[in-house]
Amino acid sequence: MHTMNKEKWTEEISSKRGLFDLRFKELWKYRDLITTFVKRDIVSTYKQTVLGPFWFFISPFFTVIMFTFVFSTVAGIKTEGIPAPIFYLTGTTLWNYFQTCFITSSSTFLQNEGIFGKVYFPRLVSPISTVISNLIKLGIQLVVLIMLICYFVFFEQYELQFNYYILLFPILVILMAGIAMGVGILTSAVTSKYRDIQMFISFGIGLLMYATPVIYPISQVPEKFRIYLMLNPISPIIETFRYSIFGVGTFSWIFLAYSAVFMIVTLFVGIIVFNQVEKSFMDTI
Amino acid sequence: MSVVKVEDVSKLYRLGNVNAAAFVEDMKRMWLRVRGLEDQAILTAETNDRTRKGNSDYVWALKDINFDVSEGEILGIVGRNGAGKSTLLKILAKITSPTSGNIKIRGRIASLLEVGTGFHPELTGRENMYLNGHILGMTKREIDRKFDEIVDFSGVENYLNTPVKRYSSGMRVRLAFAVAAHLEPEILIIDEVLAVGDAEFQAKCLGKMSQVSKTEGRTILFVSHNMAAVETLCSQAILLENGRMIAKDETKKITSLYFNPKTELQTGFSKYDTRIVSAVLNEGEIITAVDKLKVKITIECRRKIPNPHVQFTLSSNNQIIADTTSLLTGFQPDCFNEGMNSIECIFSPATLLPERSYFVRLGLRENDGVTPLIDSQIISRFEVQVDKSEVLKATKFISQIGDIPIPLTPYIIKFNDSTVFNWK
Repeated sequence: MHTMNKEKWTEEISSKRGLFDLRFKELWKYRDLITTFVKRDIVSTYKQTVLGPFWFFISPFFTVIMFTFVFSTVAGIKTEGIPAPIFYLTGTTLWNYFQTCFITSSSTFLQNEGIFGKVYFPRLVSPISTVISNLIKLGIQLVVLIMLICYFVFFEQYELQFNYYILLFPILVILMAGIAMGVGILTSAVTSKYRDIQMFISFGIGLLMYATPVIYPISQVPEKFRIYLMLNPISPIIETFRYSIFGVGTFSWIFLAYSAVFMIVTLFVGIIVFNQVEKSFMDTI
Repeated sequence: MSVVKVEDVSKLYRLGNVNAAAFVEDMKRMWLRVRGLEDQAILTAETNDRTRKGNSDYVWALKDINFDVSEGEILGIVGRNGAGKSTLLKILAKITSPTSGNIKIRGRIASLLEVGTGFHPELTGRENMYLNGHILGMTKREIDRKFDEIVDFSGVENYLNTPVKRYSSGMRVRLAFAVAAHLEPEILIIDEVLAVGDAEFQAKCLGKMSQVSKTEGRTILFVSHNMAAVETLCSQAILLENGRMIAKDETKKITSLYFNPKTELQTGFSKYDTRIVSAVLNEGEIITAVDKLKVKITIECRRKIPNPHVQFTLSSNNQIIADTTSLLTGFQPDCFNEGMNSIECIFSPATLLPERSYFVRLGLRENDGVTPLIDSQIISRFEVQVDKSEVLKATKFISQIGDIPIPLTPYIIKFNDSTVFNWK
């Protein structure tokens, strides 16, 4: 019997799956699907709008006007000498990226129930393509940021303290994406059956923004609270970003390393848990 | 050579709501597992019969399924609603995993549990073609290569640059099936996709499926309620009932079993002195829409029963179509002897409609017409096979009669093989 059966089975479906059987190779095979999902997300967002992708510019523009009015003019929060609009825009640009990535990937199972219930592909394709498609939106918002900075430099004589730390920017984006996806898929895995945490997230994410130096610099925070704020892994990323452009703010390799470790751990744990849940979440969702 | 090997596959489902109580229960089960004890849910789980209320919250949607599919075979999977067909396909398609058992697969597997999975309404036909193709596991190059073929097969060329939401549902199915039909997996899983689409397209799909199987040696697992399609396409089929596999056999035999399931007769003697030994409908043949319906029953008696009342009823949807009660007809067989007796009822023509469940009941009473010998017992449940030309005839026939007094169907009753009563 064994000699007869020369050709091996190519796949085996069983009830158990190894904890570290992460199947990255399979994921790679589905790279075309990731590309298509990214395209779908981008193209479908502004279908049937006249202005199309121009809307990517409009929303940050108005956000900044509102933030400047509320936090700078009304509340009078100091922005370390950086013109308020560009200070807020640096913060919100990165923060928005984090927030959308996180929210979308945290509802991976719930949002994709229909498609996941009908066809198999590595479920990680979904959060990964979200993170990438939002990257494009992030890119467009960065263009807005650059334009606004140029305005302040040329018309308001603001002096930029551009420095080599700007080279860290790709790493900052990767950290942001990694943390958002790691925490996101972990949440999506634990909320596939009991959705309580989903409830918490919807308002928690709004609050988390205030616990991150998006609309205020770390230096404005009383000394004894700073450490807690820096324990928020997003804080060092935003602070580093500002530091690399304006040369003011709090920059520390240690906290940046902390963010990196945080990202690696959550992403790793997230993927493991996600992989365990994906094989049978359809029964309980 | 077998390409799919299903071994002892079982799937447990929990009934009821997901709420705080379920959470507590989950924690308990987890705690048991941590301590290495047997899972209570598995021990108490019951057969999946949706019509009866059970004692356990857990049911076996599938229990101990075993079968092999060989290369190039088209295997039909049939069964009533809730028999476990879709669950089985979902496990094969890796959408969910089995509770126990395993499945071995040789080659690439693609599933088509729904046409147009992942179609995004806002995207154009062309964009969706790629999206759907990638979802089903095709690479960009594969789709590029087959682009013209797919467009041609679908017949929606004129709409390629229009968002899919503007498509008619039939067009959507056409496009989706066209993509799927050009997949190149070794194993293809198809569930009820032919339900939509016009007759011409359905025929085209069936043709395409048998073509890929015969000429390209691909294996297909096909689930459908359309027995005609199953019969033309599949050489072998399996029948599922309440999560168990009843039979795997040639398709003809399986479909006949599907239409005329062996009703579980209470064959033991109850408190009365009579019992039904066997009941055969149309000698086991498939019952078509307009047909003679012959019910042959063997009854064993422990004593001689003079002039019993015999009542056959044929009903559907709680409406009695024919009733042969002796009270109405005045017919009572001479005598049931001690030992075996056979009684036969032929409804002819039986005006049966397709896709409905019919029940045949038998009641037997002493010659006083009251004292029961056999309580009106269901001896057979069957469905009528769809046969389009016959349906037309049947419809016409029905409309002539209208909505009627019983008994509307002429019948003949035979007792111990000789005609004893003929009602017209």
